[in-house]
Amino acid sequence: MANSDHIVLLDYSVSPFAMRVRLALAAKGVEYLIKEEDLTQSKSSLLLKVNPVHKKIPVLIHNGKPVCESLIIVEYIDEVWKDRCRLLPADPYQRAKAKFWADFIDKMVYPSGYKVWAANGEVQEAGKKEFIDRIKMLEGELKSNPYFGGETLGFLDIAFLPLYYWFHTLETFGKFSIEAECPKLVAWGKRCMEEEFVYTSLPHPHKVYDLVVDYKKKMGI
Amino acid sequence: MAEELKLFRTWSSVFALRIVWALKIKGVEYETIFEDLSNKSPSLLQYNPVHKKVPVLVHNGKPIAESLVILEYIDETWRETPLLPEDPYERAMARFWAKFGDDKVLTSIFWGVFLKEGKEQEEAMVEAMEHLQFLEDELKGKTFFGGERIGFVDLALGWLANMISIFEEVAGLKMVDEDKFPLLAAWMQEFADSPIIKDNWPPRDKLIAKFQALRDAKLAAAASK
Repeated sequence: MANSDHIVLLDYSVSPFAMRVRLALAAKGVEYLIKEEDLTQSKSSLLLKVNPVHKKIPVLIHNGKPVCESLIIVEYIDEVWKDRCRLLPADPYQRAKAKFWADFIDKMVYPSGYKVWAANGEVQEAGKKEFIDRIKMLEGELKSNPYFGGETLGFLDIAFLPLYYWFHTLETFGKFSIEAECPKLVAWGKRCMEEEFVYTSLPHPHKVYDLVVDYKKKMGI
Repeated sequence: MAEELKLFRTWSSVFALRIVWALKIKGVEYETIFEDLSNKSPSLLQYNPVHKKVPVLVHNGKPIAESLVILEYIDETWRETPLLPEDPYERAMARFWAKFGDDKVLTSIFWGVFLKEGKEQEEAMVEAMEHLQFLEDELKGKTFFGGERIGFVDLALGWLANMISIFEEVAGLKMVDEDKFPLLAAWMQEFADSPIIKDNWPPRDKLIAKFQALRDAKLAAAASK
């Protein structure tokens, strides 16, 4: 499985879900082609063909076969390119914990984050409180390790990192400081940003903000 | 080594039932602790402080929550009779369909069709039918979603085999029409009659009473708004 692999990622640069996949591919040193989907326009025929169920990005197309849902894609990448840079730990209990917290991010953290950047007034205020309460739970999982994966970046770091890149956006729209509430988490984010595979895969947090402002305007949010 | 395995569940939780099935299919012994969710035990709150829900599997004192995460843990820890396939692509597909079942099928059928009425129910029904069609297509050429034998996706979707007829009886409408979804209807029957599965359904009359009460309360609350 080397130079004969053909890998395409249906992507949207500022989507935190797509960012996870870009991080996983970069961590593994896998080469791939990006096909940017414009989420402010109608969906491309390719997207509708490869993800007829959800019609959403990211989609990883590996030698013509599509894989959907960001965390499922990251786990797929980890299993296919298992000879390098292990993302999920070997121990079943540690794996279960990583997956539990990644699921928590999707079910509980993202919906709160949405209220912060896309809503106003009372809904936004409630979202801010909810968001902080929930990421504080995640912060607790760092314990005394530099990364959620322990000594090196792993599955849960990749699952959460895009959201760290969105902190500046959330703080600006929500007019609050996440660092004041979760200093350990912000320190973790800064630490991750120093990794080459991270900063070459993701737009800078200030760029994320500009892109989200543009997205909101085009979508009338 | 003496293994200690406990499953926190309720008598009716479809999510907990997945774990019961998986452990019995693997021939693994465990202790059951039944919870009353209106009066959660200190143990449950200690083992699942984040969601405070069942099921929780506690293996030698270490808790695992979220049913699909628990299923994968079980599959990795007790390797006989594997639930997930070996091939990474097939594994990704299995995880996809299991997630689709919870995120879309269960949501549209339970929250959309079952707990609503009138126009809202009609709209939810359209959505539910679209989701069921995807499952119907996925069954082409297969007895079970797992192929020749029950696998991860069958356990994740297994609630359909029992709960659909409960929902249909309580709500008074057909959700899985055998003419529209012949493969799905056949799978539901095959799954429900399978060894282990057929011995572990919760009592039907209790389920009818519980879900009748749930539906009545929900519709009454919606009407009083």
